[in-house]
Amino acid sequence: MSENNREAMEGHWAKTRTLTFIVLAIWFIFSFVVHWFANSLNGISFLGFPLGYYFAVQGSLAIFVILIFVQNWRQDQIDEEFGVSDKE
Amino acid sequence: MQGNFIDNLGKVYGLYTGGFIVFIILMAILEQLGVSAAAIGIMFVIFTIAIYAGIGWLSRTMQVDAYYVAGREVPAVYNGMATAADWMSGASFVALAGGIYFGGHGYLAFVVGWTGGYVLVNALMAPYLRKFGCYTVPDFIGTRYGGNLARFCAVLVLVVASFTYVTAQINATGTIAARALQIPFEFGVWFGLLGILLCSMLGGMRAVTWTQVAQYIVLIIAYLVPVIWMSNVQGFGVIPHFSYGDAVQRIAELEPTLAVGTAPTESFAGLKALTNLHNEPGGAFAGWKFFALALCMMTGTASLPHILMRYFTTPSVRDARRSVGWSLFFIFLLYFTAPALATLTKLQLLDPNLPTAVIGKSIADVNNLEWIKNWSNVGMLKVTDGNGDGILQINEFFMRSGIVVLATPEIAGLPYVISGLVAAGGMAAAMSTADGLLLAIANALSHDLYYKIIDPKADTKTRLIVARILLIVIGAAGAFVASLKLTGILGAVAWAFCFANSGLFFPLVLGVWWKRANRQGAIAGMLCGFAAGALYLIYVQNGGTKIAGLDGLRFGMIGMPVSLIAMVVVSLMTPEPDEETQKMVDETRIPTGDTVIVAHDKA
Repeated sequence: MSENNREAMEGHWAKTRTLTFIVLAIWFIFSFVVHWFANSLNGISFLGFPLGYYFAVQGSLAIFVILIFVQNWRQDQIDEEFGVSDKE
Repeated sequence: MQGNFIDNLGKVYGLYTGGFIVFIILMAILEQLGVSAAAIGIMFVIFTIAIYAGIGWLSRTMQVDAYYVAGREVPAVYNGMATAADWMSGASFVALAGGIYFGGHGYLAFVVGWTGGYVLVNALMAPYLRKFGCYTVPDFIGTRYGGNLARFCAVLVLVVASFTYVTAQINATGTIAARALQIPFEFGVWFGLLGILLCSMLGGMRAVTWTQVAQYIVLIIAYLVPVIWMSNVQGFGVIPHFSYGDAVQRIAELEPTLAVGTAPTESFAGLKALTNLHNEPGGAFAGWKFFALALCMMTGTASLPHILMRYFTTPSVRDARRSVGWSLFFIFLLYFTAPALATLTKLQLLDPNLPTAVIGKSIADVNNLEWIKNWSNVGMLKVTDGNGDGILQINEFFMRSGIVVLATPEIAGLPYVISGLVAAGGMAAAMSTADGLLLAIANALSHDLYYKIIDPKADTKTRLIVARILLIVIGAAGAFVASLKLTGILGAVAWAFCFANSGLFFPLVLGVWWKRANRQGAIAGMLCGFAAGALYLIYVQNGGTKIAGLDGLRFGMIGMPVSLIAMVVVSLMTPEPDEETQKMVDETRIPTGDTVIVAHDKA
């Protein structure tokens, strides 16, 4: 592997890593933080649901689905930027 | 021919879905013509299993790539459906809504955990394992860390975790087959196993993939149709998912007046009375328990080999990632329906303003209801009069948690054809998960233990015959254990997640994310984590004092930290991996180029 290539790979991995950390931070908030404070959130009404309950039955779930699709969209951009996308 | 099939997937499964709907309509017509409920139940189960077996037969193969990774040509959306079926077990289908009904807010940790885990699968595992190009999860461990011992430890953890899980699934197929076909449970278990093996034996991963797609279609139709129909019949809205917030609040108003939370004075084996409030998150300790359970289920999701190996079957790394997104989307469809079902069923039973209410009615009237009689007869429901006042109180109404799904069509007065559909859906859910698990175990034993460790010179034919023999042997062992009826379905499922995350989570994650991780560290991580978790489970099961309230469902909270510390400490105490291994990790991190295994074998 040439030096040029190595530099590109390091750049690619640095961006991939940053993206992953951001995704995990969002994951952590909607997996744990919002449910820890479910009691307080239940005081707020959302679409007729107590908000804390809503996160546990729909909100967090929907955010997980969207989070994966958004991460993959961004990861595809990173892969293409460094010329390592394996899109056919 | 195969290429043709892949190009025509949309047509094939479109036709299949249409055919299934026509079959449902035909059954509805037969019901109107007076065919008995029992006959309709039998036809639903037999017809669907015959279709899966047909797909299994058409997908038969003697090629290694097709047998282990479905030829790596499964498009992202279809792999998403197959993963969703692989993932959603008999427990998800039958017991999830019941769990929410009985468990209240604390149980929702399962719902959050079993969906959020896919964020970890996508962010940490799937694309990298796909690039690696392994056939099995121990194949990754064995190649990344090198050496037979590391490979063997991974096989060990995989077998224990998956076997715990598969007995629960064979148990579920047995229960459903026994009820639908009206045969004893012990026969039902072996009948279920036969169906499971028909799907997987001839075609391995290729056959399992295409039957799982078919099973997903059946199970999601079977889950959504009754809920949406019930909601329309009872006036809860066209699509109940967005409008049941009022029902949640109404239940909260009713709970004090009905004295929900008063402990029952009697008890019946396997049956429960409702004592938990529907939406009461509790204090900090409940928050901790929620956190621990959700975390264990998420990390378990990201370590369970039968899930991870589904992402080895896509054509590219990019497709592996996309298919994780689709997997979670297809899982989401069921998981965001279950709480709606649990809430609406509860409201129907509790709210005195609704005609379906039973709580607060006279015991004699309740006992005269058709659905109460049916389910009491099979011992899944019990109405008593503990305080002798002739009125049914909430703590005098006992049922098995599976009833919430199974009896919904009857409570709402839907035709029997819907109950037959639900039985076919439950069967599809349990069979598809059992197939994935059995294949994960048999493949690890045939590829990693037999081919890589015992006889590396074995030819293709021998390898694939060994794989099939192992499939039968493990299936039979699973059916035998299931027929002993050792634990409830859900306990065993949660254990499988904790075994998997205790032994495999950190060795898998750090294999990609930490170049310095070496063989000694990985072995220490797998063995110490797995042993610590297993010992803690045994200790708690035998009445030991819980550490920080962690019970048998959450023993991964003990196993995982031990695994992480052992792996990091031992890795740092021993020499760093050689240059070739470090290059291998670099290669794993970029999507382009040969798979790492191919490059490794060339070198």
